[in-house]
Amino acid sequence: MAKRVGLEVSLAVADAVKMSKAEVVSAYPITPQTHIVEELSHFVANGELDAAFIPVESEHSAMSAAMGSAATGARTYTATSSQGLALMNEMLPIASAMRLPIVMTIANRSLSGPISIWNDHSDIMSIRDVGWVQIFVENGQEAFDISVCAFKIAEDHRVLLPMGVNMDGFMLSHMIEPVEFPDQSDIDDFLPGFTAKMILDPAEPVTMGPVGVPEVYMEAKVQCEQALINSKPVVKEVLDGFAAKFGRQYNLVETNGKEGAKTLFVTMGSLGETVMTSVDEMNADGKDVGQVRIRLWRPFPQEEFLAAVKGADKLIVLDRALSPGGVRGPVASELASLFHGQADAPEIVNVVAGLGGRDVSVDEFKEIYETAQSGGFKDAYTVWGVMSNA
Amino acid sequence: MSEVTQLIHHYLRHNKKFPHMLCAGCGHGILLGSLIRSVHNAGLSKDEVVVISGIGCSGRLAVYVDFNTIHTTHGRALTFATGIKMANPELVVIVLMGDGDALSIGGNHLIHAARRNIGVNAIILNNEIYGMTGGQCSSTTPQDCFSMTTPFGQLEKSFDIVDMALASGANFVARTTAFHAQLTDEVIGQALANPGFNLIEFFSPCHTQYGRKNKYKNAIAMYQDLKSKTMDVDKYKALEESKREGVMPIGVFLKRDDPALETRYAGVRAKLQEAKQKKAEAAKAAQAKPAKAKEPKPDKGAKGKETKQDKGDKA
Repeated sequence: MAKRVGLEVSLAVADAVKMSKAEVVSAYPITPQTHIVEELSHFVANGELDAAFIPVESEHSAMSAAMGSAATGARTYTATSSQGLALMNEMLPIASAMRLPIVMTIANRSLSGPISIWNDHSDIMSIRDVGWVQIFVENGQEAFDISVCAFKIAEDHRVLLPMGVNMDGFMLSHMIEPVEFPDQSDIDDFLPGFTAKMILDPAEPVTMGPVGVPEVYMEAKVQCEQALINSKPVVKEVLDGFAAKFGRQYNLVETNGKEGAKTLFVTMGSLGETVMTSVDEMNADGKDVGQVRIRLWRPFPQEEFLAAVKGADKLIVLDRALSPGGVRGPVASELASLFHGQADAPEIVNVVAGLGGRDVSVDEFKEIYETAQSGGFKDAYTVWGVMSNA
Repeated sequence: MSEVTQLIHHYLRHNKKFPHMLCAGCGHGILLGSLIRSVHNAGLSKDEVVVISGIGCSGRLAVYVDFNTIHTTHGRALTFATGIKMANPELVVIVLMGDGDALSIGGNHLIHAARRNIGVNAIILNNEIYGMTGGQCSSTTPQDCFSMTTPFGQLEKSFDIVDMALASGANFVARTTAFHAQLTDEVIGQALANPGFNLIEFFSPCHTQYGRKNKYKNAIAMYQDLKSKTMDVDKYKALEESKREGVMPIGVFLKRDDPALETRYAGVRAKLQEAKQKKAEAAKAAQAKPAKAKEPKPDKGAKGKETKQDKGDKA
C-alpha cells in the first residue's frame, strides 16, 4: 500500500531516485541541493540502493562522470544548483548531443554575484538552450512523481536525452511536505530497468562525441533538436501513464482559477502555488482572473499553452530571472514570440519578481493584478519589489 | 582591552560584518588573528594587502578584514590572485582557501600556481571536510574517516598538501595548526617576506561537521589531538621510519628564494623597454644626423626604477 509521510522535499527526491533504482550517482555538494545526494549516499552505504556513489571533486567532474556512466548504459543521476550548474555548462550540450539520458535535479538558486544561496531561475535560464528536456515542479509530491517519470522519459528510445527537473531551492527543496510514496512494485512496473540503445561495448565498438566538421555539424544539430521536439508527446504519454497507474495527473501546462477569465497569471515553479492562493482569493472577491502554470519548459508546449490561454486578453507573465539588456524576461520573451503574428494575441504584462530569494506574497500578487488592470505597467517589463533607497 | 585585541580590532570590519558565523571551537578565527598579527608585524599598511578567498567557511574570512578583499567563487581564488599579482606586483597578495577550494574544485590551480611560482601567499585552512554545506567528504578527509557522504568511512585516500606543494614547485612550504598560534605567526611572517609562491597548510579543527562524526568528544579533544600528534619537522626527519606512523610533522618544510614569476616577467618587460628605447634613439639619431643632436643616454638604472617606468607607461 502506498503510504503518506511528511518529510523534506529534498529527501523525497532522494527516495524517488532510490525507488527508480538509479545505478550511478555522481555529485558535488552545493547548497541547496546537497541534502538530495547526501541522502542518496546514505542509501548506497546502507545497501538500500545498489548503486555506485561517486563523490567527485567538482560539478564539472560530476557531469563528466555522469556522462561516462550513462554512456555505458547505466541509469544515472546527479543534482546541482546555481554555480554548480554553471560549472557543468561545458558538458551540458554535449550530454544532449551524445543522447545520454541522465536525470538531474536542479534546486534552482540565483547565480552569483552578489553571492546568493537563495532561489530564483537565473541558473536554469543561463542553460536554456543546451538541448535538455526541462521541467518545473511546484510541490513535494510533484517533485517525487516527476523525478520517477523523468527516468522513463529520458530513457525512452524515442527521446534518449538528458532531463533536468527544476525545483525551487529552499522555497521547495527545504520544505517539509506530505508526500505519498507508491509501492516499490508499482514503481518497478511503471519504470522497468534501462535498456540502452547505443552504449560503449567492446563487442560492438562505437565512438561518441567526435568532431562535427562543417559538412555534418548542422545536420547533427538539427537531428538533436528534432529529438527534443519529438520528446513532447513522450513526456505527455509518460505523465498520462503515471496518472493511469498512480492517480495523479500532471499536464504540460496547467490552469486554475476562474474559467474563461480575461486576465491570466502565467507562472513557472513553486511561486505558482502562492499565485494560486492569490487567484482563489481574488476569484472569491469576484475578480476576473485565472492562472496558467507552465510545467514543461523545453520543449516548449506551444499548442497546449495556446489552448490554455484561449480567450484571455491579458497575460501577467511572472519571470524569476532577468535577461539583462533584453526586451523582456525569458518566459515573457518566449511567449511574445509564440504570439507573434497572431490576430487575437493577448497583451503581455511582464513582471520580474522574487530574484535572489526575495519573497512575493499573496497580497503582492493582488497588487500586481490591480496595477496591471489599471495599466500601471508601462514598460516592456517591470522589476517588482525593488526598494528605491536600497 | 589588551593590546593584542586592540590590534586585531584595528584590522576588522567589526562595525559591519560581525557577529561572525564561525562555530564554537573552529580554528579559522585563530588563523585570522595570526594573519593580522603577521601583517602588522611585517609593517604593511592595510591598503597594500589584498586578501582573496573562495567559497566555504574560510571564504568568509576575507569579508571580516579591512584590507582590499575579494570573495570569489568556489576554487578560483588562486586564479584571481594570479591576475592581481601580475597586474600590480606591488600588492601583497594573500589567498585564504579551504581544502575544498584548494584541492578539490580548484586543485588544478594550486599545482599550476606553485609551478609558475607566482608571488602569492596561499593559506589552506584544512578542516578535512566540507563544513559549510553540511559535512560531506573532501579530498583531505582521511581514509576510513566518516562524513555525511561516507557514512561507512572514506574509501579514497586523502591528499598530503605539503607533499603536493613540494612536488609542484612552491618556493616556501609550511604546515601549522590551530593549536600552534605562535608557529602560525612565525610561518606567515616568513611567507610574507619570501618571494614567489608560498604555501601554508593550516589544520583547523571542525568539530561541528568533522569531529563529532569521528569520535572527538568536543572541540577541545581535537586541539589536544593536534597537540599530541604533531612534531617539529626537523625532529620528525630524525625519527626512524617505523616511529613516524600517526605523527604529523609541522614547521617549515622548504624555503628558497627563487625569483617570482612577476619578477621574471618584469625583467622581460625591462629588456623589451630597453630595446624599444634604443631603437627609438637610433631612429632619432639617424633623423638628426646632419645636425648631430645630443642623444639622451638609455637609463640602465636599478630594477625598481624600471618598474616605475613600466607603471608610468601603463598610466
